[in-house]
Amino acid sequence: MRQLAIISGKGGCGKTTLTAAFSSLSENTVLADCDVDASDLPLILKPQVLKTEDCLGLELASIDLKLCTGCGICRETCRFGAVLENFTINPYSCEGCAVCTVACPENAVSLMPRVSGQVISSITRFGPMAHAKLGTGEEASGKLVTMVRKRAVELADRYSCKLILIDGPPGTGCPVMAAITGTDLVLVLSEPTVSGLHDLKRAVELTSHFRIPTVACINRYDINEKKSLEIEAFCREAGISLLARLPYADITTEAMMEEKTVIEYAAHSRDTGAVEFANIVRNLWAEIEMRLSDSSKKEMYSKTLLDRKP
Amino acid sequence: MKIAIASGKGGTGKTTVAVNLALALEDVQLFDCDVEEPNCNLFLGFELEPVEEVTCLFPEINTDKCTLCGNCADFCRYNALAALPKKILLFPSLCHGCGGCSFVCPAGAVEEKSRSIGIIEKASSDASLKFFQGVLNIGEAMATLVIRSLLRHIDESKPAIIDSPPGTACPVLAVLGFADYCVLVTESTPFGFHDFLLALEAAKALKVPVGVVLNRDGLGDSRVEDFCRAEGIPILLRIPNDRMIARLYSEGIPFVKEMPEWKEKFEDMFETIKFETIKALAFKSTGVQ
Ligand code: SF4
Ligand code: SF4
Ligand code: SF4
Ligand code: SF4
Repeated sequence: MRQLAIISGKGGCGKTTLTAAFSSLSENTVLADCDVDASDLPLILKPQVLKTEDCLGLELASIDLKLCTGCGICRETCRFGAVLENFTINPYSCEGCAVCTVACPENAVSLMPRVSGQVISSITRFGPMAHAKLGTGEEASGKLVTMVRKRAVELADRYSCKLILIDGPPGTGCPVMAAITGTDLVLVLSEPTVSGLHDLKRAVELTSHFRIPTVACINRYDINEKKSLEIEAFCREAGISLLARLPYADITTEAMMEEKTVIEYAAHSRDTGAVEFANIVRNLWAEIEMRLSDSSKKEMYSKTLLDRKP
Repeated sequence: MKIAIASGKGGTGKTTVAVNLALALEDVQLFDCDVEEPNCNLFLGFELEPVEEVTCLFPEINTDKCTLCGNCADFCRYNALAALPKKILLFPSLCHGCGGCSFVCPAGAVEEKSRSIGIIEKASSDASLKFFQGVLNIGEAMATLVIRSLLRHIDESKPAIIDSPPGTACPVLAVLGFADYCVLVTESTPFGFHDFLLALEAAKALKVPVGVVLNRDGLGDSRVEDFCRAEGIPILLRIPNDRMIARLYSEGIPFVKEMPEWKEKFEDMFETIKFETIKALAFKSTGVQ
């Protein structure tokens, strides 16, 4: 079983649009929506839910007001300002560190389990999918991402799928690391903006740290061709193949409005721009599939990345 | 008055709105609270100088006093301490600085030291705008600490515009909990609307009044507008889906600079926000609208 993760330094790059497009091109694939903060893939793929499971996060303090004498010791010891004046707990500030439970002379504080989100398995028209729903104010932890990936592997086993397609979370923090560790290939999506190159560099730093073969793709390259050239130059220097340059096109929104992937949308469109866009995505996917099946390349990529200073 | 600019997700134009609004007004302050990836200054290009180092406490074990009882490692909820047969080992990046280990140590062997996890910077005093940003060191997890320190630099006598972090987790809530008004930037597409609802839920949880900026207006449909009308949420501004604006953005140029007609629109938006905030405050204190 192979795993491909699609990431971008930031949100709004078109990551989900591309993942959805790939899902309609690939066969025998499980989808894993690891963008648990704002899970958008289900909006296009309309999953039918099979199973939901709670994910427990850090615990939450709770004060038994019948035992509490209002001495205020917990308020003084809590470093996160989570104990409010009326001796209730602000759930958004409490880090579940448990210091208040040992500080309270009356034993009035205890820790309660706290559900940080749900992991969901579903069936979509393009195959099984694992995704998540995060509770408001809960951290998009690596833990939830890891649970989604685990669920995806289970689904892949059950339905004998050969590939797991991971829609990664934005940023370069802990959730992204959880989304890319142990994958066979990472596709970094970039945009020709002042922050685009910066974000790409950070993403590549991360993948080379984990020694994962990396390829790149520029979205909306024609918004700023000069910046696109800078991105190309960076990829060349870093030894990363730039597999595609996608133009700025209305098809991405139009397809989204109809809750279709760009591939599905283009199949019924007479707009040449839309068809062209879909063809670029098709070629991109063909390139990726080739790389995923060619395991001998993996070694080579890791080496280039190792020698390179980020 | 403190105005948070937020959105359920990155890439919706939050920074664009924050920067352009700040540049269109006189005598305001701008705070970039997206401490993991502060982007505002890419558009402002100010010379920045450090003003404060943000620190977090972490334990240091005095091996002379430590009896290796293991209490501290047992207590730590974040697995930042491990009790080895001959030594207590600390993993600094996992430590939240809660102080629990020093509290439970019977031998008084835990001393707390501080380590830097980020920095607060400000634009040099001759800059045209009062601008501050917080930067979290790579690999650190305590974004909220940096945000809290940053917000302490707000001068209460002037309006403050706060560029919030993306998402709906703790860092955003730290900003929203502090704000008098929240501007949600969104676009009227299925993704945009979905992420908008998540952000709205967060703002509601903290009881902050909300207004909407429709970005890339013209794209998509009217679902956000219909929703806002039904819920009585004001639409403060529409930024059209304009290639010129997209291009200026890609170059890192705030579009009010090149398209002066927008200055007035942002000023109007600010007037609406002021009005809405006063209304919300009156509602809070009297219970009637
Ligand atoms: S568990 Fe920790 S963060 Fe939560 S209230 Fe107690 S001391 Fe504060
Ligand atoms: S320390 Fe215990 S008794 Fe004192 S105020 Fe807190 S909960 Fe109440
Ligand atoms: S300060 Fe808190 S988080 Fe850090 S090691 Fe001690 S108990 Fe663990
Ligand atoms: S609690 Fe104190 S004495 Fe016990 S192992 Fe930890 S540092 Fe050592």
